[in-house]
Amino acid sequence: MATARNPAELIRPLITPEGVDLRVKLADAGTRASAFLLDVVIIVAAAIAVTLVVIFGLGGLGVKEAEPLFIVWIIFIFLLRNVYFIAFEAGRRAATPGKRIVGVRVASRSGAGLTIDQVIARNLMREIEVFLPLSIIAARGGAGVADTLSTIFGLVWALLFSLFLLFNRDRLRIGDLLAGTWVVETPKLKLVEDLSLRKDPVARRFHFSPAQLDAYGIAELHKLEEVLRRDDYFAMKAVAETIGHKIGAKIEPIDSRTFLTAYYGDLRAHLERKLLLGNRKADKYAR
Amino acid sequence: MTLQAGTDAVRQSLASFRQEREADWKAFEALLSRVEKRAPRTLSEDELLALPLLYRSALSSLSVARATSLDSALIAYLEALSLRGYFYLYGARRGLRQRVGDFFLRDWPAAVRDLWRETSVSVALTVVGAIAGYWLVASDKRWYDAIIAPTLAGGRNPDSSVEVLRSVLYDGGSSHFLSGFAAYLFTHNTQVAILAFALGFAFAVPSVLIILMNGCMLGALFQVYAAKGLGFELGGWLSIHGTTELFAIALAGAAGMRIGTRIAFPGELTRMAAAAQAGRVAATAMVGVMVMLLFAGLLEGIGRQTITSDATRYAIGGGMLALWIAYFYLFRLVRHGNG
Repeated sequence: MATARNPAELIRPLITPEGVDLRVKLADAGTRASAFLLDVVIIVAAAIAVTLVVIFGLGGLGVKEAEPLFIVWIIFIFLLRNVYFIAFEAGRRAATPGKRIVGVRVASRSGAGLTIDQVIARNLMREIEVFLPLSIIAARGGAGVADTLSTIFGLVWALLFSLFLLFNRDRLRIGDLLAGTWVVETPKLKLVEDLSLRKDPVARRFHFSPAQLDAYGIAELHKLEEVLRRDDYFAMKAVAETIGHKIGAKIEPIDSRTFLTAYYGDLRAHLERKLLLGNRKADKYAR
Repeated sequence: MTLQAGTDAVRQSLASFRQEREADWKAFEALLSRVEKRAPRTLSEDELLALPLLYRSALSSLSVARATSLDSALIAYLEALSLRGYFYLYGARRGLRQRVGDFFLRDWPAAVRDLWRETSVSVALTVVGAIAGYWLVASDKRWYDAIIAPTLAGGRNPDSSVEVLRSVLYDGGSSHFLSGFAAYLFTHNTQVAILAFALGFAFAVPSVLIILMNGCMLGALFQVYAAKGLGFELGGWLSIHGTTELFAIALAGAAGMRIGTRIAFPGELTRMAAAAQAGRVAATAMVGVMVMLLFAGLLEGIGRQTITSDATRYAIGGGMLALWIAYFYLFRLVRHGNG
């Protein structure tokens, strides 16, 4: 439930002023929940640390001198609760530490720059989505008057608002809805090796005829790339057998990686040449 | 074999596509990592100029790669890199100082002006609430405990003697933690303001109730003092920070109402677009509300206990109110140009 059944459902066009579609991917509910929980852990840890310092400060100073400390403490807790999210999301990365760790950020739905009022609007709404019902439960529990009914009501409230983003296709919280924002993935990817450049002397042995290369299309090529990059012996063996069977090539079991590398290189070159000629072969069913 | 030669040539040209541009991508990635961590000031002039150029070259590489290359890892890398560059270059481009300046000179007063209808409704509701509170407590003093929570009452109730009530007004009662209490009140009031704003999306009903309730508390407190002949003195005690604070809470309620009414009656826009537009105006006003509440907290913490003359209290309270009204509603007359 936390992830969309089809990942392509979460891809949205983002046309830059230069006219290139960057195709952003919206963060799924599970990612956002883990980012939020990370942030809550950070806030609570900071609050506990500061409270401990204040308690020991109070013990050492006596009540009269402790008053300024008490004021600082109240304001600090207030800032933690209300300003933490706003300050980080208004920053250059538009993401709280929790969001940074899971690799997402806040962006404006219109594609323009994220403005500070949008950040404020989406974060003040969090107050009623999560903090209000939970703090009511906490306050009543602390006073010893928490009854089952109000606890259930508070939990249902918090749950309903947290799950709101599962019920719309753009994965919007109430806060996102009001601010005109959404949360997108910004993965940091490393530039990895180009598989077709692998120079394997053994792979030179393999030569494929045009008929053998015509057996597959782009979709299969990408699957093959995935398998090769994962570099899992058994997966490669299974794939090598399937391909060998389909194109009628005999391969020794030990050779599956070499064979797949050679076939990948030739298939890609074959399909890319077709691309240059204006013929995009989407998958093995395309003619 | 002709085919073999052909595929080799294709491989060659695609390999050179990547080899020729790889250095640019790496340079762009390194620059981005630096500016994302630190201020753009740390870049040299050449690097600053290179940034948009490298971004465009990455974008054009992406277009070429999409059209000719089937290396999905390479395309994914270029997409992620271009997206990072896009967010950096087209994200919040103005400096923080400029944004803060714009907020105080233009955005905040404009947002408050934009909310003038809701603000008048909010003020009217406060007055109605105050009258109701006054009348309720006057008719039966048991209402007082129902309206004002004992933690906020601070020992004031209809049975208190004139001396106790007077001492709260002029000596700060018996509390040793007065400024601590003021800080607590500030966070409390801010929380009330946030609720009045955030609950507004439920078609404005909760905002209206919160504002009414706030007025009610005011009226109830006033009745207790007025019954003992201290109405004028309470007015002075409240007004020194109250004009700022009540105005701020009225604005928060107005911001909430704006969101609620726009969701209920989006007009020509779609409901989503109307909600987003209202949300942004309201959020700007809300930051202003926080600033006002901070002012109110300072006035309360510093001024209320040290200034004990009724006339000075009224003067400061009235002065603050005049200042806010002038700033919000008259300020634009002074500005020239397209403001």
